[in-house]
Parts: sequence; C-alpha cells; structure tokens
Amino acid sequence: VCIHRVRSCSSIRFIKSKYVCVFDKSALKFSHQQRLFRTSAVSCGQIVQFKLSDIGEGITEVTVKEWYIKEGDSVSQFDSICEVQSDKASVTITSRYDGVIRKLHYSIDDIAFVGKPLVDIEIDASKGVAPEEDVVETPPMSHEEHTHQEIKGHKTLATPAVRRLAMENNIKLSEVVGTGKDNRILKEDILNYLAKQTGAILPPSPKAEIVPPLRKTEAVPAAPKDKAHKIPVPVSRPIAFSGKDKTEPVTGFQKAMVKTMSAALKIPHFGYSDEIDLTQLVQLREELKPLAEIRGVRLSFMPFFIKAASLGLLQYPILNASLDENCQNVTYKASHNIGVAMDTEQGLIVPNVKNVQVCSVFDIAVELNRLQSLGSAGQLGTSDLTGGTFTLSNIGTIGGTYAKPVILPPEVAIGALGKIQVLPRFNGKGEVFKAQIMNVSWSADHRIIDGATMAQFSNLWKSYLENPASMLLDLK
Amino acid sequence: MVLQSFKNCLWVSCVLRVPKACFWSTASGGLIIQSVSNDVYQNLAVEDWIHDHMDLEKQQVLFLWRNSPAVVIGRHQNPWQECNLRLLRQKNIKLARRRSGGGTVYHDLGNINLTFFTTRKKYERMENLKLVVKALKALRPQLDVHVTDRYDILLDRQYKISGTAAKLGRTSAYHHCTLLCNADKFVLSSVLKSPYEGLKSNATPSVPASVKNLFEEDPSLTYEMLLDAIAKEYAVQHQIDQHITLINPADETLLPGISNKAKELQTWEWVYGKTPKFSISTCLSMAYKDSVLDVKVNMDVKHGRIEVCNIDLPEQWLPPGLCSELVKSLTGSKFCPNETTTLVATLLRVCPQDDELHSRWSLLCENMIRLM
Repeated sequence: VCIHRVRSCSSIRFIKSKYVCVFDKSALKFSHQQRLFRTSAVSCGQIVQFKLSDIGEGITEVTVKEWYIKEGDSVSQFDSICEVQSDKASVTITSRYDGVIRKLHYSIDDIAFVGKPLVDIEIDASKGVAPEEDVVETPPMSHEEHTHQEIKGHKTLATPAVRRLAMENNIKLSEVVGTGKDNRILKEDILNYLAKQTGAILPPSPKAEIVPPLRKTEAVPAAPKDKAHKIPVPVSRPIAFSGKDKTEPVTGFQKAMVKTMSAALKIPHFGYSDEIDLTQLVQLREELKPLAEIRGVRLSFMPFFIKAASLGLLQYPILNASLDENCQNVTYKASHNIGVAMDTEQGLIVPNVKNVQVCSVFDIAVELNRLQSLGSAGQLGTSDLTGGTFTLSNIGTIGGTYAKPVILPPEVAIGALGKIQVLPRFNGKGEVFKAQIMNVSWSADHRIIDGATMAQFSNLWKSYLENPASMLLDLK
Repeated sequence: MVLQSFKNCLWVSCVLRVPKACFWSTASGGLIIQSVSNDVYQNLAVEDWIHDHMDLEKQQVLFLWRNSPAVVIGRHQNPWQECNLRLLRQKNIKLARRRSGGGTVYHDLGNINLTFFTTRKKYERMENLKLVVKALKALRPQLDVHVTDRYDILLDRQYKISGTAAKLGRTSAYHHCTLLCNADKFVLSSVLKSPYEGLKSNATPSVPASVKNLFEEDPSLTYEMLLDAIAKEYAVQHQIDQHITLINPADETLLPGISNKAKELQTWEWVYGKTPKFSISTCLSMAYKDSVLDVKVNMDVKHGRIEVCNIDLPEQWLPPGLCSELVKSLTGSKFCPNETTTLVATLLRVCPQDDELHSRWSLLCENMIRLM
C-alpha cells in the first residue's frame, strides 16, 4: 500500500517555488510575531480540467449517476467525486488533486465521455506547497524543528479541514498517526494527538487532590507528602474543539411525537402514584410461564397489568372515556382498547390490544407477542395503532421508578410502570420480609377525572395484582 | 458444503503480523475464498472490504458465496420499480442494494455468487465468464452454455442462468455474477414483479429474462461439484493450488471494520435513500359505501423522502384542514409504510372523534400506504 506520494507535476512545483520565496520574505518580516501566517490562494489558484479516465473494456461513454461533491466544495486527492455507470458496471471516480471544485461538466443522468473534462478543480497553490514543509507555521517550538520539517517534506494525506485544525493547534501532521484509508489523517487523529499532549502536562489521576488531615505523628512525612501531592493547577491550553452543531428537519416518528405531545399539552394533567407489592404475582407468573411456553407464547407481566386495568375500567368507566374538542360531551367507550407503549429503533409507538374486556390473560399475551414482533419489524398497521382508549407504559423494563406520563389524546388517562425492585417491607406480624415492589404513576385529565376516582381505580387495580386470586372472582 | 481445510497456522500468523491488506498471501497469483455466512449484507460487506483493503496487484481473488432469500438491487436502481416490496416484507425476504451497477436479482440458497477481484487494470469480465463456462463444460460437456455480449450466460441458447455486474474503484475492481443452480423460480418471478404503478424514474431498469436452473437440466449436479469445478479452472488459469479458504464475515479480527460495512449496507439511508429521484402519478380507486372515489395522487420522492405531495380529494369528503395536515406531515418524511402509518395514526388522535370521519380517513391512508 503506497503511503508516500511525491507530487511530480512540474507546473505545481513551479508555483510552489514562487510561493516559497514570498513566504520566506514574510517570515523574516513577521518573525517577531507568534501568530500563524496563512494566505488564501483563491485568486492565485490554477484551474485544472480533470478528465474522465479510461474505464477499460473499450468503453467510451458512461452515465453520471451521483455527484458526491458540488461546486465550491473542497476536495483532497483520492476523495470520491462521482459515481458513473456503464453497462452494469458502477465506477467511483476519485480526485487526482487537492483543491476546490469550480465546475461540474455534467448533471445527473447525462452521458459523460472518456477523455473529456468531468470537473474543473482549482488547485489551491498554497496548499500545493504541503504544510508539512512548514513555511507557514510559526510554532512556539525551536527553529531546529522548524527546518527539520522542511527537510522531511513528505506528503501526508489529510483533508484541508484537518490541515487547518492541525495548524490552529500548532501540530505537525508528520507527527500524527493517521488511521484513515491509506494512513490518511482524520480529525479524530488530531484530537487524539491533542488529548495525549494535554495528558502529558496534567497529572494522570485526581487522587493526589485529597490532602490527608495533618496529625502530630505525621507532621514530618506530611511535608514531603505535600510536595508530592500538591493539588495540580490545570494548565489552560486552548484546545480547538471543532465539533459543529447539526440541524436536521423534524420528520417521521419525531414529527408524530411533536404532534401528539403538543395536543396533549391542552389536557390539564394531574398525577397519582402508588406502590404495588407484586410478590404473589411474581410467583404466579413463574408457575404459568412454562404453560404459556408450551403453547408457544412468551408470558410477561404486561398481560396481567392489562387485564387488571380492564377489570378496573369496568368499575370506573370514566377512565376509558373521551372528551370532545369543545369539552361539551364525554363519550364512554365500550371497548377497552388498551395501548402499550413500545420503544422501537425509530422511536415511540403505541399499538393497542383490542377489546381486553373479553380477552383472557393468555389472549392478551398472544396479541402482545404479535404486536411486539410486528413493532420491531416496523410492520404495524394503522388498525393496530389507532382506536386506543387507555394506555400503559412499562418504562420499568428500561429503568426508573416514578414517572410523569403524558396522556395520549383522545384518551383521558395513562399509567407508567416502574421497575420491579426487591425491597424490605413489614408484614402483618411486624416482621421484615422480602417484597417485589413496583411503582405505578398515573396521569389523568383533570377536566373530567377527579383525584378520588383515580385513587379508587388505582386501589382496585392494585388489589387485583397484589392478590391475583381475587381477579378470578371478577374475570369475565 | 465442506471443502478443503484452510492453512490455519500460516494464515493466523499472517494476520498477526500485518493488520491490513495482503495478509492472505499464502499463494502467488490468486486466492479462492468462500463465505461461511448466508447473510447477504455480511457477504456484500466482504466484497466491500476486499475492494477497499486488499492489494490485488500480486494476487487476484475469487470469492464464492450464497445467500438466504434476498432481493439484491443494483447501485442506481429503484426498489419500488424493481420488486414487490409488500411481498418481500410479508415473506421476510431481505432487500439489499449492492455497490455494483446492473439489474435486480433474486438470491436464495439455490444460487451461487462468484466475485472476481482484480486490479483496475486487469478488469476483464468476458475472461471471467468464459472461465465459468469452461468450468461448466469440463464438468458436463453436454451442457449448452455460452456467454452473450451482454455478459449473461445462457443455457440452451434461451435461458439465462447467470447475470453480471461490476464495480470499479480507483485501484481495484470486481466483477460478480450469479449462477442459478436450484433457485425457487416461483418466488423469483413473484418478488421481481413490481405492483407499483405510475412510477417515473431514471433509475437503471432491469431487463427481465426467462431463467432456468442448472439442476433442472442435469439433476446429478450439486453445489460442491459446481464450486469445485469453477475453483479448479480458476486455479489452473492463475497457476495456484486448487484450495478454497473458508472465511467468516463476522470475524472482526480477520476483517477489521467489516461489521461497520455490514451495518451500513442495512441502513435505510443506503437501501432506500440511495434511490435516484423519482415521481409517482397515480389514481387511487377507493370503494366507499356505495360509490367509488377516484383520488389523484402525485408525489416526488428524493433520497427516499417525499419532497412534494399532492392529493386530489373530492371536496368536503374530508374536513379541509385534515387533508392538508396529511400532506404537510408526509412532506419530508420517508417514503415508507412504517413511518407513514405512525404519522397517520397520530393525526387521527388529534382530529375530531367521529366514526364516519375515522373510516374515511383510514380508507384514504390505507390506500396511500399501499403505494409504498
């Protein structure tokens, strides 16, 4: 793999020697300055017509399919310029020069001809000098190093932006290890180099900062200890951070969330939280899991939470209602379509299980499995995602205890379930036992739901889960 | 698919010594490798890796690979134009965009892929295909196979058994081709038929052809026989040992950076986002209650995203604000059923809760999503 490439274009060498003279004079003139001296060579650049090279197999024309650059962009040697296609072959054309693109001779889908100009590149003459040869840099380093670099003079691959970053930080590109293609120096390499340099000046670990309290017996060793463990004063060394803000339009899933949450803002939320002892439910699920597996279904806690919620909604139907736009009418929904918040690669989606009021816990588990696999494959349909009347969000699978969930219009209530933790609790006899505790945080629309209703619903839901056998009495 | 063992010791020591290109220089002139993976993205990533990192000056490479069901489109093609994306999603068939040009193909385990890696100067497709034909004829002299000037291999002068594509970079190039042995022709023809109408684009179109499997012609053939025959001919022509080295595309130590390459090939931005700009102009025929509505839809899609969207609905069929909300939401979003479904479901949340309205809305949106 060739790393070192010596530019052999004679015309460029000519320009280089001209500029070397100019810089030398300026260097003498401004030698007292510690500032970097750069010229922008826009007016002095030479425009080179980069011709489309031979593709092989006797091909004379190709179709331009994609441009990787546009007029005004800077390119480095070996950067990709465009993609052309000829008879089932896709060819990546790379730049032969460093410079700025001044003209694209073709548009997308045009036919380009081998041997004819593809792009015009303005060769940046000052950069043609190759900053390694260092007539531009006035580093705070010794003059010997300065001349050493001129002698070195090998070409290191780096984009103009990277070269600038190096120059701004007084770094010699020849000292940086390049990790890009063909040992090209990337921005990360410069930043790593800087980090190493900074580390060399600052002490490696902060443990020296803790100065032990002086005691009589330690009075003597304290002195040398002080010297060794002096709290270091960080040397402020200006590090150029070249990260840039990135602005993107809000689309797709994010847009959906913006719309939903902006609408939710109109709802006056109130919160109500509680703690549920799931010790018995955990045991029950352990017993039922293998049975469900035999039937080919993965049984989580959610089917129980969902069914218990539906039983609760039968007693407190206002939580399964909807308020119209003008707050004139409340519609009590007959179906309990309980939504389950899911986190996918693209973002938040809330499919719902339809008609939970007539589903068994197993039915719900089957449906959840289906929705989960469709959700992760990105194949949920509109009917799965619409028609929800009440939502549960099991944020606890990721983490957290208490939350403040946002109601999804047109619903009026939502519950967020925290993670199950093993905590000590007191039983009826005053003894401490190990309990499986989960927190629930409800939010409800205070325009039509009052605190008491929410609390009573929550208590009922809690009682079903803390004593799963009681669900049997009310199961429909 | 068990082939000769690989020279483990020498190979590993080469890896430890030289982290980049050239570490498989066990033999001069050529190297034959075969992938142990059937994942189309991993295998395409191997091609990228060899193309980017190996020095092909001293030795050329022949790469043998097979994929589990996948549709592979060419670099500059339009997947909506080339295949039935709905069917692909239903059947869980993967969609991949390769970096070489050419047309769309269907891969399954009944298809062999061959990639010939050379330097840019030594790029010569006809020679490679003639090598394959020579190998086939050596194996079964009675096979009527020949190479056309479109770089296809035809069986019995009429059935296509191999299609070709190529990629040329700055210093290296590769030419790959398929070889139909025992592919599922029924699935092939159904997935490669696009149901999408009204598409206008400058993307490279595929040229459909009648296909036939080699095993149909001669049921005594097996993959091993075909691969061995081709490897043998390659070995003879490159004056190397007939020895196939197995490689695992998931091996990051052997192929540093390969998992990133495989990941990139699976991103939406690569598979769909690289589709050349196209437009859709179609008419949705929606049956609603007792009538049929004709809704004209026009969309411009660039980089896989909807740039411009026009939906021509009969007046008052939907509340005026709602349709424009839909258009506004779609503009800038991915031309993708999943994203559209999410947006549509969201818009339904914030509009008046009316069953009639909901069913009309659902009908319109279902039809819009079907375009994707």
